[in-house]
Amino acid sequence: MVTLRLYMLQRVTALIMAPLTLGHIGVMIYAVQDGLTAGEILARTQGSIGWFAFYGLFVVAVAMHAAIGLRTILFEWVRLDGRGLDVVAWGIFLLLLGLGMRAVIGVTWI
Amino acid sequence: MDRDTTIDVAVWREDRGDGGFHHYEVPAHDSQTVLDIVSWIQQYADPTLTYRFACRVGMCGSCAMMVNDEPRWTCRTHASKVVTGGQLKIAPLRNLPVIKDLVTDMDPFFDKWVQAEGMHHATRDRHDPIMAVDPTSNDRQEADLGIECINCAVCYAACDTVAANDAYLGPAALQRAWTLFNDQKDGAGQSILDAVSAEGGCHNCHSMGSCTQYCPNELDPMRAIAGLKRATAKSFFRGKG
Repeated sequence: MVTLRLYMLQRVTALIMAPLTLGHIGVMIYAVQDGLTAGEILARTQGSIGWFAFYGLFVVAVAMHAAIGLRTILFEWVRLDGRGLDVVAWGIFLLLLGLGMRAVIGVTWI
Repeated sequence: MDRDTTIDVAVWREDRGDGGFHHYEVPAHDSQTVLDIVSWIQQYADPTLTYRFACRVGMCGSCAMMVNDEPRWTCRTHASKVVTGGQLKIAPLRNLPVIKDLVTDMDPFFDKWVQAEGMHHATRDRHDPIMAVDPTSNDRQEADLGIECINCAVCYAACDTVAANDAYLGPAALQRAWTLFNDQKDGAGQSILDAVSAEGGCHNCHSMGSCTQYCPNELDPMRAIAGLKRATAKSFFRGKG
């Protein structure tokens, strides 16, 4: 079930994701003007602390936001409760965080 | 309505956990309410039928039942509005344990009112002068929106979040909490916010709006819950979460 702390965390992460999503879409529209290649993307992102922070923050926000949402669904629809619910929610958070950060590091690390 | 016609009424009969629908042929009359139909069955067909009512004029909030799978106050629901194809289905309120037939145990509903701090917290006693309250103030007008609640539990029965989450306080208790939070004569603002922020509190609401859609007094518990969410969020940022 959702307490005030989880509720606020989900709303704050939504507020973080909204401008980052718009920024991502804006850059995509700009970037595809002259065609889209892996080389062009990597040239922009590799070695960039700015893009690492941009997508790193997005991944952290997504992992928290989605884990809290799925936690609620698991509680209400699967009747998962107590410690089991917390373990699964943390698992979803860590899985999304791991997969996301792996991708972020993959395109920003030199 | 033709006096010779009858209505095929399916009524939920339950005793000690064993239940099912029984059918009764009830004479149709003009201006007949669903409560009239239930009363006819009890008086003329089966005196063992158990149901609950008191005022018969939509004030006491005791006769709510599921009518054709939707929660309604039966004393003010005309049969002509709900009978379809000569048939009607009546069952006890959803989301509450059944005691017998159409009577539910209201304890969980009222326990949650108390849990949500839905009682008056006095700031003065009989020796103090009466507090002047401006009826046009925003707080008072917001409080006025919820004071006509008759505790019928129709919103509680309509709420899918209550159905999925046993601990959820439900629309009526939360609307009461919001009304008291806005009442200038109530002195427990932060206690109310703490009560509705705990597990089962207002943040579990998904704003599906069944409470507002089904409230027989046309109140808006969803608005009240949204108000509590805003107030608790502000309180959270002030470090009182």
